[in-house]
Amino acid sequence: MKWLRLPLVLIGFVLLWEAIAALGNLPPYILPGPLRVVLAIGAHWERLVGHASVTMLEMALGLLLGTAFGAACALTLAYFRPARLWLLPVLVASQAVPVFALAPILVLWFGYGIASKVAMAALIIFFPVATAFFDGLRRTEAGWLDLAHTMGARRWRVLWHVRAPAALPALASGLRVAAAVAPIGAVVGEWVGSSAGLGYFMLQANGRMQIDLMFAALLVLAIIGLALYFALDAGLRRALPWVADSAPVKQGD
Amino acid sequence: MTLINHKPPQRGLAPPDIDIAQARLSYAGRDLFADFSLHIAAGQWTCLLGPSGVGKSTLLRLIAGLETPAPPGRVAASDGQPLQGRIAYMAQQDLLLPWLSALGNVSLGARLRGEAVDDALAHRLLDQVGLGRRTADRPATLSGGMRQRVALARTLAEDRPIVLMDEPFSALDAVTRLRLQDLAVETLRGRTIVLVTHDPLEAIRLGQKVLVMAGRPARLIEAALPDSAIPRRADDQAVLDAEARLFRTLLASDAEGLDAP
Ligand SMILES: Nc1ncnc2c1ncn2[C@@H]1O[C@H](COP(=O)(O)OP(=O)(O)OP(=O)(O)O)[C@@H](O)[C@H]1O
Ligand SMILES: [Mg+2]
Repeated sequence: MKWLRLPLVLIGFVLLWEAIAALGNLPPYILPGPLRVVLAIGAHWERLVGHASVTMLEMALGLLLGTAFGAACALTLAYFRPARLWLLPVLVASQAVPVFALAPILVLWFGYGIASKVAMAALIIFFPVATAFFDGLRRTEAGWLDLAHTMGARRWRVLWHVRAPAALPALASGLRVAAAVAPIGAVVGEWVGSSAGLGYFMLQANGRMQIDLMFAALLVLAIIGLALYFALDAGLRRALPWVADSAPVKQGD
Repeated sequence: MTLINHKPPQRGLAPPDIDIAQARLSYAGRDLFADFSLHIAAGQWTCLLGPSGVGKSTLLRLIAGLETPAPPGRVAASDGQPLQGRIAYMAQQDLLLPWLSALGNVSLGARLRGEAVDDALAHRLLDQVGLGRRTADRPATLSGGMRQRVALARTLAEDRPIVLMDEPFSALDAVTRLRLQDLAVETLRGRTIVLVTHDPLEAIRLGQKVLVMAGRPARLIEAALPDSAIPRRADDQAVLDAEARLFRTLLASDAEGLDAP
């Protein structure tokens, strides 16, 4: 029964979509029905795959970079007191700047190519990863730290062998958020200025009133986003088998 | 049961006496210890008993350097060297790291000090506490008593001249408890041991000095002991008599209560 749930939800969604399109008497250039969108995907398959692979590459690199910087930043904050005193306020204040507003600047600096989109995705991913991991690093069970102290451990070894592993579940939560926002970063970057990617493709289709193509790109983007999330979630579960999962996010009973 | 051919403690030479003098420690404005002094003799088992909440764990933490007494109180070794680095500490909770196997937990100390990890030693110790077949298992898959035995093996692996143990056998069945008490005495021979326990029989079997902590601020009452060698036999009449006397002392000290004004 468990594995049926996702297909059932999808079928329900498609039926609802068709019903709104048909009963609402909406013209195809406002809301194309699911069949039209699927046909559009079939007709433009190769172009869609080409643009999708660009967007996926941007997301993957953005995830990698954003996670690396976010984790490094969290470790630095946890280890160095001055970093906590000086860097933390800066980080918090930096969140007052809407990341989307930076997109044009990033395109200006890094060009129309993939670099500016990777930077955008990395920027968006950085913060949830850094805060989640740092939070985990601060919440190490006091008894473990006492034990490490009596064992005569250096501070950085305590960080490496106790605090960091103990914070991995928190880092995993940050990564799940990161996977969810990664497509946003890539697509926003593409909207501001690019020559490839699903975001670019959607703008093109929109300009030509090819609404079914726009929805086709949107659907592909949604599928990529879901696949990324579930793949990451499964990978994290496998990597952290010791984390008690009393309330599973997906499936489960 | 195979026993470790016991070697003298390695880190920090011979075990020292421990002196606690004029210690004062309070939580929330109430003195747990006030002008508290205690001499712990080197190379002996000192057992601490007393009602829950009297401060036994806190006293152990004080010796371990995890709490600091208010000046001028001090905790020091008789040889003038710092205690830090010469203590193996087994807390009341097992404090096993959930992401490490039983084996990984036993060799945690070496890993934390950046020393070579002696897997053979860890295997042997786990074998001795009866977990030779569970070395690869994570703590979450072990029972409470098994976890406690892993923690005990981890403490023995530390190989320090001073060993502080907070109710190390509390989660074990009666037979395993006797067995591990014998193992601990054998393995830790020649070291300075402080053991906190709620079990009067355990205190009488193992103690070369048995102290009952009572009242707030805490004071110590020394219990009389049979003059046989440890581990004493649990079915020896002298041991049972001493246990009965100790029990009466505990009852009397408990009647005082902890929260008298
Ligand atoms: N970190 C702390 N903050 C505030 N109060 C504390 C703290 N640690 C211990 N106490 C208080 O100190 C007293 C002694 O605690 P302790 O853990 O030493 O008791 P214990 O004798 O070991 O009891 P038990 O036999 O139940 O383990 C208790 O009243 C407890 O509430
Ligand atoms: Mg206690």
